[in-house]
Amino acid sequence: MIIVLSKDAMAIQKEQDVVPFRNRVKEYAVKIGMSLVNQTKLITAASELVRNMLKYGGGGSTLIEVISKGRENGIRLTFADKGPGIKDIPLAMQDGYSTGKSLGLGLPGAKRLVSEFDIKSTPGKGTTVTVIKWKNG
Amino acid sequence: MSVNTSKLLQKERKKILELWMKNQLADDSLRDDLMTNEELRVQSDELLTALTKSVNDKNLSNHQSSDFDQVFEILSGISITRARQGYSPRETGAYIFSLKDALLEVLQDEITDPTELFRVSMGISRLLDSFGVTTFETFIKGREEVILRQTDEITEISTPVIQLWDGILGLPIIGTLDSSRTQVVMENLLQRIVETGSSIAILDISGVPAVDSLVAQHLIKTINATRLMGAECIISGIRPEIAQTVVHLGIDLSNIVTKATLASALKYAFSITNLEVRKTVKTKTTF
Repeated sequence: MIIVLSKDAMAIQKEQDVVPFRNRVKEYAVKIGMSLVNQTKLITAASELVRNMLKYGGGGSTLIEVISKGRENGIRLTFADKGPGIKDIPLAMQDGYSTGKSLGLGLPGAKRLVSEFDIKSTPGKGTTVTVIKWKNG
Repeated sequence: MSVNTSKLLQKERKKILELWMKNQLADDSLRDDLMTNEELRVQSDELLTALTKSVNDKNLSNHQSSDFDQVFEILSGISITRARQGYSPRETGAYIFSLKDALLEVLQDEITDPTELFRVSMGISRLLDSFGVTTFETFIKGREEVILRQTDEITEISTPVIQLWDGILGLPIIGTLDSSRTQVVMENLLQRIVETGSSIAILDISGVPAVDSLVAQHLIKTINATRLMGAECIISGIRPEIAQTVVHLGIDLSNIVTKATLASALKYAFSITNLEVRKTVKTKTTF
């Protein structure tokens, strides 16, 4: 069972919001005592997802939660946008696939960097990505 | 008996000004280093004149009334100039609130009916409070403008390209590499390569907090452009956690020379340009 210990919402509207968001994620990661490597993995994944949200979803809202399951603490990040959505999620999760002119590593890379990854998307309605990084995960 | 606030205030304007000036001059927080007493008097007089002109019994309880537009305008002007001169918001606030004291003191002397006194005092008090809030708002707005300007300046500060050795350029990157920044970095680097005829450029990313796929893509673009110019690029300053993250992300940097520190990158650069750094042995010379 997952217990939410603290919640923090932040809206992302422009590119200047990326760095403050990343810093805030880092703050929470430091607070729960995450190792430097895991911190970096989490903020890199957060950075990828938040950039995706800006680039394809036109901005959206994020939620940073400190969660606890059993003896382990972790950070859960939720990214929700009201953009065009993703038609083919398995294709979007493939390495090197991009509809923009990027490397196509954002989604699959972010998945490899975190402990748990969940993506839900309805074409025309928007996309929600939820990731969890456990302290020692 | 109803009191005509407007007339009363206009009649007693001189007295209020004297009292207000007295209050201000008696205050410990008076900044006579920033403004002479004469200037202060002129400023106070202007504000008070505008106030006594616009206030009447009808709008006393309605601060949103457009009658006060002129007062608010003068007030914002005062607040901004004071902020620039180095007044703290507390001092500007105290300036407005000392006017309230003066006004209330005069009202107390002039109005004998307690109910009337209370009504007018309440109105004046509320009005002056909203003036005080306005000075704070303007002050904050002024500060925000400064912050925005600084943000622009920071983004405009181009990353310096430094010559580490003859033919070797160093480019310390600090902060996040976004598209506009990459453009500046790339332009500067390519320009300096031409100017100095360098064959090696070291990109140091010690100051980049996180390397995500966008930053990596920008780095690769910069390196490709440098190669087209006939120079070789080395990335240095890759920290252990960055290395692990890049691997997990799946970014392929295998065809780029990467080093952990700037020192090792420089050493590598020396070796490919056939340079050698040696310790010299000092020979004692005896005369």
